[in-house]
Amino acid sequence: MSTQSVLFDAPGPRARRRLLIGNIVGVLVVLGIATFVVYQLQVHDQLAPEKWAPMIEARTWLYYFLPGLQNTLVAAAYSIVLALVFGLLFGIGRLASNRAIRWFCGVVVEFFRAVPVLIMMIGGWIFVSQVLRVDPSLGPLLGVVIGLTLYNGSVIAELVRSGVHGLPKGQREAALAIGMTRSQSIRSIELPQALMAMLPSLVSQFVVVLKDSALGAIITYSELLRSARLIGADSPFPVLQSFFVIGVIYIVLNATLAWVAGKVARRIGGRTSGKTQRPGALKGGVDVTASFGVKGR
Amino acid sequence: MSDFLEVLSNYDIAGAYWLNLKLAFFSGIIALILGTILAMMRISPLPSLQWAGAAYVNVVRNIPLTVVMMFAAFVLWPQLGVQFAEKFADNFFWLAVWALSVYTASFVCESIRSGVNTVPLGQAEAARAIGLSFLPAARQVIMPQAFRGAIAPLGNTFIALIKNTTVAAAISVSEISLLMKGMVEAHGNYVIPIFLTVAAGFVVIVIPVGLVVTYLSQRLAVSR
Repeated sequence: MSTQSVLFDAPGPRARRRLLIGNIVGVLVVLGIATFVVYQLQVHDQLAPEKWAPMIEARTWLYYFLPGLQNTLVAAAYSIVLALVFGLLFGIGRLASNRAIRWFCGVVVEFFRAVPVLIMMIGGWIFVSQVLRVDPSLGPLLGVVIGLTLYNGSVIAELVRSGVHGLPKGQREAALAIGMTRSQSIRSIELPQALMAMLPSLVSQFVVVLKDSALGAIITYSELLRSARLIGADSPFPVLQSFFVIGVIYIVLNATLAWVAGKVARRIGGRTSGKTQRPGALKGGVDVTASFGVKGR
Repeated sequence: MSDFLEVLSNYDIAGAYWLNLKLAFFSGIIALILGTILAMMRISPLPSLQWAGAAYVNVVRNIPLTVVMMFAAFVLWPQLGVQFAEKFADNFFWLAVWALSVYTASFVCESIRSGVNTVPLGQAEAARAIGLSFLPAARQVIMPQAFRGAIAPLGNTFIALIKNTTVAAAISVSEISLLMKGMVEAHGNYVIPIFLTVAAGFVVIVIPVGLVVTYLSQRLAVSR
């Protein structure tokens, strides 16, 4: 963001005074909004100690928050592993020299990227519980994992494909020149480098998985969000307070992952001839649709 | 097959989709406005505004949309008394619109910022050189180009928004995913055909939007 520094001059005395005034006004506006929020909370009796007390009680954490967090992480972990497998299979499939395979994988990937995760979760949930008749207590977890795997798997497949396409052409030419076949070249030259290059995007895709696991609350999977609602439904109805706590938990988890992604991008930058995409550093126009693996993203 | 069509005809599928599109339309507009303001804050010379914008984006982006949605329905309305309409269903519709807008605005902000990154440094320098200060430079030189550079990420954000409207099911807005939930729960033997029908609807809506976005982003890109 070097553009920023040029949009305005290095401030002189007058500009510095104006900046100071503007800054004070900005701070006042932000503080004003904060005061308004706190005042509203006070008026609606949300700052009452008895509503916040359950948030620091051991039993709330022991019976609600921690099991919820565990379920969230379990669903995310299964989904990440399965999505990686799905993504690698279909990503390589899209690079295959056989046209039928390439076409089939393309249709599958595009389809699952276009369908909302929640729709796939509901479908998967009912499918495993009413058609396959699995243990009813497992149904919601399976639904969440199916939905997350199909969606994020297709996003990862796109990452694999764009990672391989992003490699310099000489890589493949050299592989073919020393007598490797096309698939040998993909397997031992292109894919390892592409995987290296896509690692940062991959880690930030895990943020998407973790966030989307909250959709599980809608299909009765007892993850973090559902736990928060259960606490909120209990007298003295600390809904706002329990949402606040899980909000903080989500922010800490995801910010940590995003930080890891940035760290990874910096460390492996020189180790591949592909372009490592630092998360957040999106370039418009270029093929970042994949790393922009949406759900709001 | 005819039994399946019989099942389908019992539900107002088109009406449910229409609700999704309305949600996407209203929250798309609000999110675009909010996101542009946030992006301006983040590139402004005032550190306090930069900080506030960054804090908003980093907080909102890391919270799942479902949490934002349920917060609107279970805290904002019953606990804090925020009400948008007298009628129950309308109120929940607008709560969903605001939840979607607030969430999407952070992605719009990041898209526009990525668009600003596509504007060469020389443009800003030239704007400075002819004596434009921050606001005129941003308004007349940087932003028009930034928006054209941001069409691809903005389009992706909008596609995500269309798909995200299904999350309104979390607060019982009778859109398509809630309808589908009701359908498959009542007719478990048709779960795959029902899923394919609903999914096909999204493919039909989302893929043309994607094509238009790709076309526009190539057509309107500033050639350099």
